[in-house]
Amino acid sequence: MSTVAHEKSVYEQIGGEPAMAAAVDVFYRKVLSDDRISHFFEDVDMERQAAKQKAFLTMVTGGPSNYSGKDMRAGHAPLVTRGLNETHFDAVVEHLRATLEELNVPAPLVARVLAIAGGARADVLNR
Amino acid sequence: MARVKHESRWYPLESEESVLDGLLRQGVAVPNACRAGACQSCLMRALSGEIPEAARVGLKDTLRTQGYFLACVCKPIVGTELEVAGADALRVPARLESLTLLSESVLRVCLSTAAPFDYRAGQYVSLLREDGLARSYSLASLPREGLLELHVRLVPGGAMSGWLASEARIGDTLAVQGPAGNCFYVSGRPEQPLLLAGTGTGLAPLYGIARDALESGHTGPIWLFHGARTPEGLYLMDALRELAARHSGFHYRPGVLTGGSRDVAEGALDVLIRAECPKPVGFRAWLCGDSGMVLSLRKKLFLSGLSLKDLHADAFLPSAPRVEPVGAR
Repeated sequence: MSTVAHEKSVYEQIGGEPAMAAAVDVFYRKVLSDDRISHFFEDVDMERQAAKQKAFLTMVTGGPSNYSGKDMRAGHAPLVTRGLNETHFDAVVEHLRATLEELNVPAPLVARVLAIAGGARADVLNR
Repeated sequence: MARVKHESRWYPLESEESVLDGLLRQGVAVPNACRAGACQSCLMRALSGEIPEAARVGLKDTLRTQGYFLACVCKPIVGTELEVAGADALRVPARLESLTLLSESVLRVCLSTAAPFDYRAGQYVSLLREDGLARSYSLASLPREGLLELHVRLVPGGAMSGWLASEARIGDTLAVQGPAGNCFYVSGRPEQPLLLAGTGTGLAPLYGIARDALESGHTGPIWLFHGARTPEGLYLMDALRELAARHSGFHYRPGVLTGGSRDVAEGALDVLIRAECPKPVGFRAWLCGDSGMVLSLRKKLFLSGLSLKDLHADAFLPSAPRVEPVGAR
């Protein structure tokens, strides 16, 4: 337990906030280019949308995040009524993996991030 | 019900009603234009009471700390009370110095201010007539030029543009409030390619930004794309061609949807941009003008590799229809 508690988060290991800022551009571009899910990410206010995604990336990399499971549910509920399902969730995870790989994040760290992201599945899909 | 106090009178607000709509409905004159939280014409100051954060989005810290807020998007919580005052303190008297037609539909308006007016080329101001009529316009001038230059599109039936075009006289006194907006040149990376694109009077801020960059010693290429539906919608072509002749790094590309010629490309603005700048990775860009064009171009440029932090967009919103006070004729 103690060793785990002292292990640095992926967020810290890949460079913290500046790394998130770089990752957002890559990740946002991928989801916006994917016709399966782009409609969930269309937003007149691109800065606001980018800020949401940065919060998401910060959370799944174990960084300082205020996101709770409850927020996750409430935030995605309108999307679920618009048809958000497993396929869409998998597509986002796929882009998350590709983003991290593109930024040369080592494979074991990618696996940890994807595990955290996978853990949000029930909350995101309001199951 | 929330209540708003203005000049020692209380005004009740209906549910979901903004401070601006409530005051206008009950006959209080408050300058306003876009009514969408963007142009900042309706700035007011809270003397007491809680201001929702949504009514302070985009305001400079100096304005926030003094209690300023945007009345058009301020919906106080039911049961609360707010005491407000106008933003007269932020207004600077301005004298009308010249009116020049730049094209059939664009009027150049130059103003002088009694006190120095601090701004960055590319920002926008609210122009207020003496009776409180307000409209938001971008600045085409550079601070060192002294006069403030605005490019006013002549809107059929437009209250401010119609007045400027036919009734206003040199020497008339108006007021300017501002500046606002984040569309301006920041020095520091002189070699970075710059992409400026706009439609209609979206050229005004771009004209300021391009000249500001050149005068700041920018060495990287500067691309200016100006789009219009027809050649009649283009203006300042001679000035921009002359600027391009003097600066080898400055490229001016006018484009129209129909009626192109040897000197004016024909096609959609994003297609023209893609032809000249196929891979804008690492560019800094400013997009100004019609909001549909600005939003669609921003997305396209982001997808083609521009970083969000290097994308500055200023979507021009039309002024919203007037709300007549209850009982008005």
